[in-house]
Amino acid sequence: MEPVVSIQATMAPLPRADVDTDQIMPKQYLKRVERTGYGEFLFHDWRRTLDGELDPNFVLNKPEYQNAGVLVTGRNFGSGSSREHAPWGLQDWGFRAIVAPSFADIFRTNCTKIGLLPVELSPKEVIWLTELAQHRPDAEVVIDLTEQTVTAEGFSATFEIDPFVKHRLLHGLDDIEITLQREQEIAEFEGRRPGYLPAVV
Amino acid sequence: MTAPKTMFDKVWNKHVVHQAPGEPDLLYVDLHLVHEVTSPQAFAGLRLAGRRVRRPDLTLATIDHGVPTTDRHLGISDPLSRAQIEALIRSCKEFGITLYGIDDPRQGIVHVIGPEQGISQPGMTIVCGDSHTATHGALGALAIGIGTSEVEHVLATQTLSQAKPRGMAVTVNGTLPPGITAKDVILGIIARIGVAGGVGHVIEYRGEAIRSMSMAGRMTICNMSIEGGARAGMIAPDQTTFAYLEGRPYAPTGRGWEEAIDAWQDLPTDQDATFDTEVHIEAGDLAPYVSWGTNPAQTVPVTATVPSPDLFDDPHDRDSTDRALHYMGLEPGTPITDIAVNRVFIGSCTNARIEDLREVARVVAGKKVHASVGAMVVPGSGLVKLQAEAEGLDRVFRDAGFEWREAGCSMCLGMNPDILAPGERCASTSNRNFEGRQGKGGRTHLVSPAMAAAAAVAGHFVDIREWEV
Repeated sequence: MEPVVSIQATMAPLPRADVDTDQIMPKQYLKRVERTGYGEFLFHDWRRTLDGELDPNFVLNKPEYQNAGVLVTGRNFGSGSSREHAPWGLQDWGFRAIVAPSFADIFRTNCTKIGLLPVELSPKEVIWLTELAQHRPDAEVVIDLTEQTVTAEGFSATFEIDPFVKHRLLHGLDDIEITLQREQEIAEFEGRRPGYLPAVV
Repeated sequence: MTAPKTMFDKVWNKHVVHQAPGEPDLLYVDLHLVHEVTSPQAFAGLRLAGRRVRRPDLTLATIDHGVPTTDRHLGISDPLSRAQIEALIRSCKEFGITLYGIDDPRQGIVHVIGPEQGISQPGMTIVCGDSHTATHGALGALAIGIGTSEVEHVLATQTLSQAKPRGMAVTVNGTLPPGITAKDVILGIIARIGVAGGVGHVIEYRGEAIRSMSMAGRMTICNMSIEGGARAGMIAPDQTTFAYLEGRPYAPTGRGWEEAIDAWQDLPTDQDATFDTEVHIEAGDLAPYVSWGTNPAQTVPVTATVPSPDLFDDPHDRDSTDRALHYMGLEPGTPITDIAVNRVFIGSCTNARIEDLREVARVVAGKKVHASVGAMVVPGSGLVKLQAEAEGLDRVFRDAGFEWREAGCSMCLGMNPDILAPGERCASTSNRNFEGRQGKGGRTHLVSPAMAAAAAVAGHFVDIREWEV
């Protein structure tokens, strides 16, 4: 995972609540066995009409948002399915952070595992940034993970993040590598497991 | 004297491998269930790093999301699904993992086969790259849905790094009125707490109505915990649980069974333990529910009408109601019983166990599926299918005009050929009514098996309580 320290980018506004991962990455694209290349399928069914044509009204189809690096959206973003294909698609499209009033649990975890930063701000702050992105698509936002701040012209806010997640993101640490250092403890735990627990034969 | 603990606390504490201030806990995983959709990139990651699967003997794989439910002898026609399934077969061989493949009668939806094999047991930690993993919590396990990065982590280390969620109790008091099923209970709970009501929590379902449910009903309840945003759902093990498990292939036997029962009896939440959040529901207030919108909390009793966006104060709620009505092609004020359906889907990890199929057969026996409806029954596993056929349920379904299919996830998410056409309206026993879930432009209404069966016959939603009189 690449370290995440500071992000400076323009924003794409998607002011909808409870956006589920079926919308972010529809099921027809979960059949691929690759880890990359999901960006073109991001929000597929919202980006395209039933005929497969691009819908010019959808935010990610508008020319002024093509280079946005931060998605600003509504509460409970990423609800539903655990498909990590959703954060893969967001990251592959070019998003490096998602700003929302709240996130679904599995989605939030999936994001932090791949270096896509979930930033929780108050509903009022999110509305402020949404309106800025709507009226001034070229306005940049700076997200500083070390300081846990979000700043834009005339805007400044702080956000909370789990200290361990922050540490991992700042240094781009591999979770598995960290856990493998606990091999001894894992083996000791295994020695204490009750004998009646099932094992696959 | 130790402080009173919840069942969730007890199971969590028993599985902590490593704990340090400022760090998430490292939990041992007793069982890792694997399917073809969320695992290929995890296996690829292991190969890339030259890592092995730490405990193949605590890992069980099956094929469920992408399998066709008809003409299996013809193979899998979709080349992407075929490649994905072949990738799982190869990975299981390479890493020494047991796979219930397409020709194995034990193949089925991953959340149906765990309990069915008796390998999902009380007090265990169970994970799967699938948000409906909470199903196994019906047995008193802590069962958590994870993403593919975490699948790779569990394969490599047999542990999961997790900050401890908060505890939530949902108590359903009293006795369920006639016609009200487990599905109605969980739809009623989600309608009450909302799709984010359980975020950051593990829910324990309690109360008389839960205790009097069969294991199948309890699995339906826990299955949809994620639809309320929760990390997991659990129900305390009791005699119903023990009777369900005894004699299953992976249930302990002899001395082991006695030791297990002793341990399982210590699991229920202590008398004075407290929860961070509590919700109380009266069983007598519940009705048969029908979802009208595009998330599982957009649900009303069958006796109600389609709501108007004007009813909501929150602008986000107004907006999402408006969008949902547009997508669903519904007008506010329409009685739910006036909504006609073209398709009926009986299946999914929520409602495809033998008890669900028996319920459907009871409702449709001697009746015919309405001329304008296409209806199908997809059993949750190959063994459910065999059991249903042994009981003659397949004849009842076929005689009524249902298609009788092979086991898999099928039209719950339409990753195989079973999908809705744009504009088609489906009464579905599955768990999600998201836009496009069952097929782009398809319209899903979540209901219980009995309600779906009745809608198949009537051609529109009916109140099962009156319809059966």
